[in-house]
Amino acid sequence: MAAPMLRWVGRGRLWTFARVDGGSCHRREAPTGSTSNWIRGQSSVAQQPLCMTQKPRKGEHKWAAVVGLEIHAQISSNSKLFSGSQVRFSAPPNSLVSFFDASLPGTLPVLNRRCVEAAVMTGLALNCHINKKSLFDRKHYFYADLPAGYQITQQRLPIAVNGSLTYGVCAGKKQSQVIPKTVRIKQIQLEQDSGKSLHDDLRSQTLIDLNRAEGQLRVDANISVHHPGEPLGVRTEVKNLNSIRFLAKAIDYEIQRQINELENGGEILNETRSFHYQLGCTMSMRDKEGKQDYRFMPEPNLPPLVLYDATSLPAGADPQQVINIDQIRETLPELPSVTRERLVQQYGMLLEHSFTLLNEVGLLEFFQNVIKETRAEPKKVTSWVLNTFLGYLKQQNLAVSESPVTPSALAELLDLLDSRTISSAAAKQVFEELWKREGKTPGQIVSEKQLELMEDRGALEQLCHSMMEAHPQVVMDLKKGNPRAINKLIGLVRKATQSRADPAMIKEILEKKLSS
Amino acid sequence: CYYYFLQEILDTHDSISGQITPTELCQKCLSLIKKTKFLNAYITVSEEVALKQAEESEKRYKNGQSLGDLDGIPVAVKDNFSTSGIETTCASNMLKGYIPPYNATVVQKLLDQGALLMGKTNLDEFAMGSGSTDGIFGPVKNPWSYSKQYREKRKQNPHSKNEDSDWLITGGSSGGSAAAVSAFTCYAALGSDTGGSTRNPAAHCGLVGFKPSYGLVSRHGLIPLVNSMDVPGILTRCVDDAAIVLGALAGPDPKDSTTVHDPINKPFMLPSLADVSKLCIGIPKEYLIPELSSEVRSLWSKAADLFESEGAKVLEVSLPHTSYSIVCYHVLCTSEVASNMARFDGLQYGHRCDINVSTEAMYAATRREGFNDVVRGRILSGNFFLLKENYENYFVKAQKVRRLIANDFVNAFNSGVDVLLTPTTLSEAVPYLEFIKEDNRTRSAQDDIFTQAVNMAGLPAVSIPVALSNQGLPIGLQFIGRAFCDQQLLTVAKWFEKQVQFPVIQLQELMDDCSAVLENEKSASVSLKQ
Repeated sequence: MAAPMLRWVGRGRLWTFARVDGGSCHRREAPTGSTSNWIRGQSSVAQQPLCMTQKPRKGEHKWAAVVGLEIHAQISSNSKLFSGSQVRFSAPPNSLVSFFDASLPGTLPVLNRRCVEAAVMTGLALNCHINKKSLFDRKHYFYADLPAGYQITQQRLPIAVNGSLTYGVCAGKKQSQVIPKTVRIKQIQLEQDSGKSLHDDLRSQTLIDLNRAEGQLRVDANISVHHPGEPLGVRTEVKNLNSIRFLAKAIDYEIQRQINELENGGEILNETRSFHYQLGCTMSMRDKEGKQDYRFMPEPNLPPLVLYDATSLPAGADPQQVINIDQIRETLPELPSVTRERLVQQYGMLLEHSFTLLNEVGLLEFFQNVIKETRAEPKKVTSWVLNTFLGYLKQQNLAVSESPVTPSALAELLDLLDSRTISSAAAKQVFEELWKREGKTPGQIVSEKQLELMEDRGALEQLCHSMMEAHPQVVMDLKKGNPRAINKLIGLVRKATQSRADPAMIKEILEKKLSS
Repeated sequence: CYYYFLQEILDTHDSISGQITPTELCQKCLSLIKKTKFLNAYITVSEEVALKQAEESEKRYKNGQSLGDLDGIPVAVKDNFSTSGIETTCASNMLKGYIPPYNATVVQKLLDQGALLMGKTNLDEFAMGSGSTDGIFGPVKNPWSYSKQYREKRKQNPHSKNEDSDWLITGGSSGGSAAAVSAFTCYAALGSDTGGSTRNPAAHCGLVGFKPSYGLVSRHGLIPLVNSMDVPGILTRCVDDAAIVLGALAGPDPKDSTTVHDPINKPFMLPSLADVSKLCIGIPKEYLIPELSSEVRSLWSKAADLFESEGAKVLEVSLPHTSYSIVCYHVLCTSEVASNMARFDGLQYGHRCDINVSTEAMYAATRREGFNDVVRGRILSGNFFLLKENYENYFVKAQKVRRLIANDFVNAFNSGVDVLLTPTTLSEAVPYLEFIKEDNRTRSAQDDIFTQAVNMAGLPAVSIPVALSNQGLPIGLQFIGRAFCDQQLLTVAKWFEKQVQFPVIQLQELMDDCSAVLENEKSASVSLKQ
């Protein structure tokens, strides 16, 4: 990489990251064979790899893997951690850069209140101990997208420590069984984001964007393997994983690579690696000769960050000047684990269904609105929301908020089904009509298309009779002793009624007629 | 007419007669800047800006809409404060040509009060030095080298050598600001004070040099040397003038999180102390060291006697950790320097070398070319102290010693002392050729001896000119106050200033048209003929 870099021109600005350090205490026993038989939950695998044992092949030692995650998550705030500049996704490069962000000489960091509140809230949600006093440090290294030559972070005394997160991992043959897991959280720290480097290998140039409002999430994974009962192995760090899928792939690959290396008599170097997402492998970054010494030092321009709670709040303190932990705790929404438990208790749904409801943005609210307005059984609602409704959304790649079907419409439809006004097959048809966004209510669709359940037994008997006469071959088959042939007749009758008749009633009439 | 003190101009605002217009004052100062160019006090003279500001100020006065005490007053600013649209170099190749897009808070406050910015003053590179001799624009010459007082004494001395090469240093690192005020080119100047950089040149140039409490005045826009010790300093010709400037600068700044919010009494109008009988002056015994010149020692002792004779209680006090202070300062200072200088990599602003083999090679060459030996030396030591293996043994230990030093002061003040009285420097200013016989590090260690502990403790301190030495050169003494008791400190200093009647510098050979002011030694209120 060679100069010239993009010089800072005009206005500039920097940016914010909370960092959740997963610590290094999560064990994962790796199989010696292919990694494809790993059982994993969906997103949960990224939080913590599974703990599982596999029978080693004869003559082989078991391996255990230790994985620690450093998760960089962008704080949802209007301005950056230490400057007043805005945060906006996909803003033009270097358009949101303050003088501080560009590290102009003489500029000083000013802590953003919203970021502190977000960090405290995250800490509370993750069951952390909130430090009433935390400190800021400078971490030094030279890099083109780090204009100050150091990053402001919380190395020694971070804002929150010692937390945990409980989550579920899908297991079993159909991945339908949820196993609860707990990951320990070592610390949460407020940290300034570095800029973004764009390498142009062709022109051997690097362009720098100091907006720093790139992706939402970035994870570094520290990975080592060892034999259980023996000291931990040498770890490698896989940097800059920006999706949960790649994180899982990178960890799997790296564990396997380390095992292979060690079993072939090689050794693991304490190094930084990158994940090549096209090849699916990790590679040594080799960009730093020797070990980096970050020369940590207290940030002298930021006084200690002091937080208060109800007991320590000084009398007459200006609410604008202090941050009250208890007050933030009160604004904490119901946490997902509590919501899931409530759903299971209240509606008798399966735990895995509660996970699905919470994993999709807006889906839980949709579900609850339907429940509120319908007389249908919660189980019925769950099934319709998770199967039919979610299925349509996924198929068209829509978010819940973009759905053409409102909770009220679905509630009305389920009421029609519940009152046996329509059959479930007709209900599917109505749903499909609703999806077309023609502005009709389910009731209107049902009456327009004459989808009401056929309750007139005499008419149905007449229809069955004529159907038997029209298909003597099928009747013959039945009489010869092929009981499945009746299904064909049922199907024909249903079709003739446009699915409005109850299949059970059709079957009963047909059986009566055949036996007479 | 030309008024010697800022305070005198303010007094004339009430009386219409004898008033000088801001433009006249500005032109007078600009002409003096030109005449004293050889002093090398200014790196940049912002003539156009100053004249335009003067014009606006004049309009305001005519409309009766003066912005405050500083409206129309010529000031100078050390070249390590960011000035919007005006080159800010820190006397370093690294920032040559760098034009900040914003004003330091203190600069903005001066401008908001209507002050006229005459220019940016010379310093040691990045304020690292105690002589104002180590910047890329060359050394600053002490105006006292050319004073009648000094010249006459030298004539009497048969050993005196060639006069032209025998000029004196100003002290530093705010030597340009000191020379600018001392040579009448402005009424007040901003310096910065990290270990004594404002008080030291004030003492050598016969000025009041004030270092406010840490946290009282914003550092936003001051290009840092040591963030935890830097404060903007004020250089003026009398204590009242320093108080007026402090009044304009002090106060919390949302852009500097280390400024304090508790309101301090403003404005800083200083009462005239009628008697000092309720005062207790502390004399730290550890400051009496063998290197102290006998003349300074004797003046220090006379000053203590003066307080005692006027009824003040004078006590010997102990600051037991004083001897560790300079070493501790060295570790903390270089560590922060190493960190603060990391941003100068040639990428975004300032100097960049021509090498483009790799980013690393570009960094290395840029920093090699951009920084002088002193700066590079401090970066090297600082990075050494911050290495993981050394951090505990050096940085952490130095921080602990710093706390002990700060506690020494707290204990002294808790014992009933109101103000401490110490020397500012070991001796009067020395000739340049003498000064450069020792390297920057040695000189800094010697010259900061009485001043840097105050920075480690964050206390306010002021150097007051006391008398001329046998050679006819100014000698200053330092008063140190309790944290945020800046006003009390300056009140005591003002009383002392009045007692000692320090003489006005006589520069008639330099400025023949200014003879009126220069002939009147005692005068507090002097006017120049136009």
